[in-house]
Amino acid sequence: MVNESSSKILTSTNMNPRVRKAEYAVRGELAIKSEKLKADLAHGVSLPFKRIVPCNIGNPQILDQKPITFFRQVTSLVEYPDLLKDENAEITSKLYPSDAIARAKLLTKNVGSVGAYSHSQGIPHIRENVAKFIAERDGYPADPSMIYLTQGASAGVQLTLQMIVEHSNVGIMIPIPQYPLYTATLAILDAKPVPYYLDESKGWGLTVEELQRSYDEAAKNGVETRALVIINPGNPTGQCLTEENMREIIEFSKKNRVVLLADEVYQTNIYQPDQRPFHSFKEVLKSMGPSYEGFELISFHSISKGMVGECGRRGGYFELEGMDKSIIEQIYKVSSIGLCPNVQGQIMVDLMVNPPKKGEPSYAQYQKEYDDIYQSLIKRAKKLENTFNSLEGCTCNPADGAMYLFPQIRLSKNAIAAAKEAGKTPDEFYSMAMLEATGVCVVAGSGFGQVDGTAHFRSTFLPQPELFDDFCGLIKKFHEDFMNKYRD
Amino acid sequence: MLAKIVHSKNMNANIRKAEYAVRGELAIRSEELKNQLAKGEKLPFSRVVGCNIGNPQALDQKPITFFRQVASLVEYPELLKDENAEVASKLYPSDAIARAKLLLKNIGSVGAYSHSQGIPHIRENVAKFISERDGYPADPSKIFLTQGASAGVQLTLQMIVENNKVGIMIPIPQYPLYTATLAVLDANPVPYYLDESKGWGLTTRELQRSYDEAAKLGVETRALVIINPGNPTGQCLTIENMREIVEFCHKNRIILLADEVYQTNIYQPKDRPFHSFKKVLKSMGPKYEGFEMISYHSISKGMIGECGRRGGYFECEGLDESILEQIYKISSISLCPNVQGQIMVDLMVNPPKKGDPSYEQYKKEYDDIYYSLIKRASILEDTFNSLEGCTCNSADGAMYLFPQIRLPKKAIEAAKAAGKEPDQFYCMAMLESTGVCMVAGSGFGQVEGTAHFRSTFLPQPELFDEFCSGIKNFHADFMNKYRD
Repeated sequence: MVNESSSKILTSTNMNPRVRKAEYAVRGELAIKSEKLKADLAHGVSLPFKRIVPCNIGNPQILDQKPITFFRQVTSLVEYPDLLKDENAEITSKLYPSDAIARAKLLTKNVGSVGAYSHSQGIPHIRENVAKFIAERDGYPADPSMIYLTQGASAGVQLTLQMIVEHSNVGIMIPIPQYPLYTATLAILDAKPVPYYLDESKGWGLTVEELQRSYDEAAKNGVETRALVIINPGNPTGQCLTEENMREIIEFSKKNRVVLLADEVYQTNIYQPDQRPFHSFKEVLKSMGPSYEGFELISFHSISKGMVGECGRRGGYFELEGMDKSIIEQIYKVSSIGLCPNVQGQIMVDLMVNPPKKGEPSYAQYQKEYDDIYQSLIKRAKKLENTFNSLEGCTCNPADGAMYLFPQIRLSKNAIAAAKEAGKTPDEFYSMAMLEATGVCVVAGSGFGQVDGTAHFRSTFLPQPELFDDFCGLIKKFHEDFMNKYRD
Repeated sequence: MLAKIVHSKNMNANIRKAEYAVRGELAIRSEELKNQLAKGEKLPFSRVVGCNIGNPQALDQKPITFFRQVASLVEYPELLKDENAEVASKLYPSDAIARAKLLLKNIGSVGAYSHSQGIPHIRENVAKFISERDGYPADPSKIFLTQGASAGVQLTLQMIVENNKVGIMIPIPQYPLYTATLAVLDANPVPYYLDESKGWGLTTRELQRSYDEAAKLGVETRALVIINPGNPTGQCLTIENMREIVEFCHKNRIILLADEVYQTNIYQPKDRPFHSFKKVLKSMGPKYEGFEMISYHSISKGMIGECGRRGGYFECEGLDESILEQIYKISSISLCPNVQGQIMVDLMVNPPKKGDPSYEQYKKEYDDIYYSLIKRASILEDTFNSLEGCTCNSADGAMYLFPQIRLPKKAIEAAKAAGKEPDQFYCMAMLESTGVCMVAGSGFGQVEGTAHFRSTFLPQPELFDEFCSGIKNFHADFMNKYRD
């Protein structure tokens, strides 16, 4: 390290090298550029488009998706408990329905103040409700003491991976393509990603043969694979697993002694509920009977997705199944260092798992808001899928679930050469051109992993319904111009 | 039953090593006792009193009304619609409504991921606050909003710790977030001792001794953590002391990490006012241009006490551009700090001003809490100093007292037999007989052979005398029981 008095103490050459290695494309170069262009527009700079359309991230409420009214009524009430006092009852009842008031009172009773640190594992009352939700969803009991509330599923993923990664030869199996929280976290932990490929030609299907190939190849290289990450429904790929497939995955995990990490944050974004309903891994595991007693599984959920879309609140949970008692104690200890997840995030978890029920005053409105968002997502997913499939050289699998489409683009040699010259992968080059021409910000496929030599990008289908046709039109026109510009 | 794949022997060893006493064994036991009381079991006490953690609102400290009004309004924007204006104005003052409207205009929805560095409007307000506090400008692009100061400390330490030769200087006693984080990062704590006989004072001689000793062992010390006001010790640094510290860092090429979360918990404002390290640095002139420093603040402490919201920020000074990009990148992996936490930062740095409708109420609430803290700090300090073999420095700042206890040989032996440190043994006995939960001094670090414990002075004013006499009785019984 150079020791001149005028030079920096901390530089990119002597910082933590694992942190330096980590990448997170979702808010990487393209997103940073889109922020800059947004600021330019705000300063009156003339650009080929009027607005930035952020399709890089599953962030519905930034694209005007309305929050669930009942949820916001409850959170508003718990913020300011004066509203719940008898002397204000008359006025409050003009603004809030009775069931929101009752829920706020119940939560305040069990939580105390939203401004106090809670139990590090999460408020017991809320964990009990999460356990009830899981038991009702699956038909098998859940234990509140095995549930940890977290600041989004991301925080839970990072905590549990950190626990498992003993040293730099530990491998964690991840899907290709995957949500880059996983590769970024493994880079920081200096663990080995053990990639298994989803098959684009088979609707992003997953085979046990491929899992085994991936595991065996890693083993040949001296990697000790300890866990398998499954994202179901998939991100960026949106496929939902069949029960059969899930049983095979559990059998694979048992046979090879890997912990199953089930990222299920999109479990309510299910667009083919008859053909491909959601099954939790917990449910499938329990249905496989006593020879799987002690099977180690961690399941993750979040308030950021589904129809709830409360991303900015940072709430979620993970459920432990079959974990060693000493590990559970360690998980508690690490949670306690960060003190507790934010209490409003915990409250939103409670609302998500325990929404208004039939017969309650807010039920009809809740059901309508939920269904409207759901139907709108299905509609927009289809429109955008059709748009992508209409583009020259572009194919796109439908979204069974989640919030994204991940089309494959086949670019001309000229385009690929231009990308190389610009120091970018072909899909980064294409996506940057799209941003600069249309204001639409997607994420290049190279940020998620893909079969060598292919190019993709991930787009949400969240832009506002009233602007959606414009949005699709922009993409069509851009693609045509791009393909013409670089035609061989 | 399938054999375990992941267990304590093959988990991440650094995590296994880490300890965090504030919510460790004593706190876990206090939760058990609380559950027993809730089930109607008979114990020697009627309630558990959590003095282990600076968590004022769990002990009935009221939140600042204006802040909660704004937070409530931004949750449910219907309240801000014209058609509800008449009814809303019966429940919310006009300045709360105006602030909520302004915030939503700049944020959109509290349910949307924000900018990973924090909402620009709020960072601008933080920069304004810093420059008004210090008299020197602050740059919003150098400010990162975080989920509590803890998250910022963990992020920046992770950035700095290149390998396991890296050392980070920490005070003894210190807030164990630091030792826990360094354990997880497999970095070397480089301890410097605060002097209990001199009001927990800090000398550069001691800093240099600590640095040199680490260097002899091959440790590459990269940063110095200063907690000002101190935790658990509560002392406030003088400007002179702070200049020496800056000079020490400059000379030894160390980054200064200034944990200033208690900057408004200042109980001797005339003798020991708060000065930020940023201000002191800037006042030292151009020789220190490019000096590398990170300063941390939080919404959890002060008179605000919004711990459960998880909000705070850090300000970077003099850091390399590439490091700022890396900090941004790491922040982006977790997407963003929770938006309500960011909003509370805005309210903290930009409260009602003179002339605003809510100003009087804000000022009164703020002052009531402030004077109550001073009063309770003093009562508890006197209580500790009245105990046999116990001495306690006064709290210039923060929320804690850290008395030293001198236990009889029999007690020390009993502790050893129970496999505990003497102060852990003492604290466990206190918990089991009074329901009062402290944190043993061994959890913070202390001069070898000494014993301490940390207590907040946050129990409710109306229960405070009972709380103090409970401690007095326990201590007398304990000393008698183990009298040599």
